[in-house]
Amino acid sequence: MMGVPLAWYLILAAALFCVGLYGVLSRRNAIATVMGVELMLNAVNVNLLAFWRYTEPGGMTGQAFATFVYAVAAAEVAVGLALIVAIYRNRDTVDLDQINLLKW
Amino acid sequence: MTIHTLLPILTALIPLPPFFSFLLIVLFFNRWKRVSHSIAIGAMFISFLMAQVVFWSVIGMGGHALAEHPIHVEIPWLPAGATALTMGVLVDPLGAFTLFFVSITCLCIFLYSVGYMSEGGRHYDPRYSRFFAYISLFATGMLGLTVADNMLMLFIFWEIMGLCSYLLIGFWWEKNYPDPRQITPRQAGLKAFMTTRVGDVIMLLGIAYLYTATGTLSFRQVLNESTLHHLASMASVIPGLSAAALIGLLLFGGTVGKSAQFPLHVWLPDAMEGPTPVSAMIHAATMVSAGVYMAVRMFPLLQVGFDAHHGQLSAPMVAMAVIGTFSAFMAATIAVAQNDIKKVLAYSTISQLAYMVAALGIGAYVAAAFHLVTHAFFKALLFLGSGSVIVGSHHEQDMMKMGGLLKRMPITAITFIIGGLALSGFPILTAGFWSKDEILAAAWSSNQVVFWVLAIGALLTAFYTSRQICLTFLGEPRSDHAAHAHEVSWTVYVPLIVLAVFAAGFGFIGVPEHFPVIGPLINNNLFHHFVGATIGELLPHGEEGFNAVPLLISVLFALTGLVGGWLVYGRRPLAAGQPDPMVRALGPLYPVLKNKYYVDEFYNAVLIQPTIRLARAVYQWVDRGLIDGILHGVAKGSFQAARGNRWFDKTVINGGVDAFVAFFQRLAREARLVLQTGQVQHYLLQVLFFVCAFAALYVILWLRQLGG
Repeated sequence: MMGVPLAWYLILAAALFCVGLYGVLSRRNAIATVMGVELMLNAVNVNLLAFWRYTEPGGMTGQAFATFVYAVAAAEVAVGLALIVAIYRNRDTVDLDQINLLKW
Repeated sequence: MTIHTLLPILTALIPLPPFFSFLLIVLFFNRWKRVSHSIAIGAMFISFLMAQVVFWSVIGMGGHALAEHPIHVEIPWLPAGATALTMGVLVDPLGAFTLFFVSITCLCIFLYSVGYMSEGGRHYDPRYSRFFAYISLFATGMLGLTVADNMLMLFIFWEIMGLCSYLLIGFWWEKNYPDPRQITPRQAGLKAFMTTRVGDVIMLLGIAYLYTATGTLSFRQVLNESTLHHLASMASVIPGLSAAALIGLLLFGGTVGKSAQFPLHVWLPDAMEGPTPVSAMIHAATMVSAGVYMAVRMFPLLQVGFDAHHGQLSAPMVAMAVIGTFSAFMAATIAVAQNDIKKVLAYSTISQLAYMVAALGIGAYVAAAFHLVTHAFFKALLFLGSGSVIVGSHHEQDMMKMGGLLKRMPITAITFIIGGLALSGFPILTAGFWSKDEILAAAWSSNQVVFWVLAIGALLTAFYTSRQICLTFLGEPRSDHAAHAHEVSWTVYVPLIVLAVFAAGFGFIGVPEHFPVIGPLINNNLFHHFVGATIGELLPHGEEGFNAVPLLISVLFALTGLVGGWLVYGRRPLAAGQPDPMVRALGPLYPVLKNKYYVDEFYNAVLIQPTIRLARAVYQWVDRGLIDGILHGVAKGSFQAARGNRWFDKTVINGGVDAFVAFFQRLAREARLVLQTGQVQHYLLQVLFFVCAFAALYVILWLRQLGG
């Protein structure tokens, strides 16, 4: 397994992050945006685990952080979906172009 | 501790009780009149006792011993460069006698004031307590001046008395007279204060010069041979005068002011506007004596260059001889034509002080000191007597409206006559005879002109005294007030009796040894030896002979004056409304004398009116024109500048700030339309942009670090 160098993991993670980011920025559907966010979080998880495995395999820091990220992602999905449902009930749409409330 | 080690402390304490009495009355007891006078008299009595203890302790030491080892203690007070100004007390033979008479006369006058200011307990003056506070402070000044051991302290106490003099002359300041030409107490106080101020400033110059020249003001250090020699050989700013002579002349200026000598005599007669005890105490017995006391004290300095054998006088002595002789004569002539009982005494005071000054001018400083003491007694007596007359006859001061008071006020009359005889120099029995005779004898042997002028002055003195006694006490009353006159109270006449004893008897301590019959009988010219020792070794000794000629002339003149006065006024007493025989006898001279040689008018025309005009002009042009003009100009300028400033503030600063704000408002509004869309994804894009920017920055920095 050690035949795979660290950089490959990092490239995979970066690619995953970019895919997620693109999804977040380009999708009009709010649910697709949330899915993009999930991808970005998982890219982070890949990074955390890769660094842990390659630089400090004796400790547990990477695993612990990754576990935190899972938990937060799960919670975020729950809240995010709830928000989207609430918006949908209010405005009959989940199209982000039509939801421009975040301004003064 | 023996009495002699305690004496300096005791001496230093002498001026303090009246000062505390002043503070107590002013601060706490102002409302209780009887308490106030009790405190004042009690304090004065303590001072009196201490002064007497000091006097009788030193009198036993003998003059020479005391002169060599006077009671003297000093402490440094104000450091001034290399030396320090000191405070201290000094009692030498001269100081001892001054202490003696000052304490007695002050105590008598304090007691007398109780009767006078309350009119025998019937009508208390509204400011009764204040009066006792002032005279207490005054007593502090006089006692302090007497025991001062240096010129600076002397000057301080001198000025305290000047202040008290002002306060007391103007004591009845609310009084106004229907005749606008008659001077009111308020004006008289101001006049006294300002006139003496002229002398005081000159004296202060002398003190400053003395300090510059010698570096010390202590009497003991100034008045010794080496310092005097130093001063005599030092040239002054005025060519032809040594520093000693110039300092002497300047100090004598102080005497001229304080002792009311011509040309600064004008304040003293007007000072009679004050209550009579004040006239007695300040303007006869003590304060005016301070001027002569200072001159006697500084006589070794004043006489530098004096040579008795060649008749050579120093410059200050010439000044003293001329001014003294002239003032003695002038004041005596004016006194002849005065009708106010106190004014007569005021001019006689000027005249008698002038005798002392003249005596100093011819080198007879012991005679001057002797006359100082005897004069204090009989002049205090005369003034208190006149005050008794004034209160007894219901505030009548015009002698033309008195008469016949001998029967109605016998104690006052008899004591007054004793004082009057002493003033005239009635032979043998009175103190005034011995002291005045000593001055005349000294004048006879040194300067004939001085002698004859003083002798004629003595004649006039006897004449106006006799006139005064006859007008006041003999004949029949010339007004209702005089007809209902009565003795006031014991507090008034007891001091009179005490002073009368001194006025008659005090002269016997100064009888010349060579005087026929009495001289050998007493055989001890105590005063002369004692006081003469003060500065004896510093003076060239004249011959101590006895000459009958001046004695006979002075006796003859005194008796002539007395009898002459009686012939004119006593033999046929004036009736009510009858004019003064002097008016006819003197003819055109009478108004001149009556109006005091028009000196006041002269001063008014030459000094006061030009000063007022100058002040008006200065007020008009300098004050209103220049100073106010500058102020108004500054105000206008400031106003204009402020308006300009306001314009700048509103347009430039406020406008600038407003424009700045408006610019950013517009900028922000534009930016909002572009940046703030309300869409999450746009915001995230911005975040991405900045993250990438920061990442790029880090990369660039990292590369530079690698490259550097």
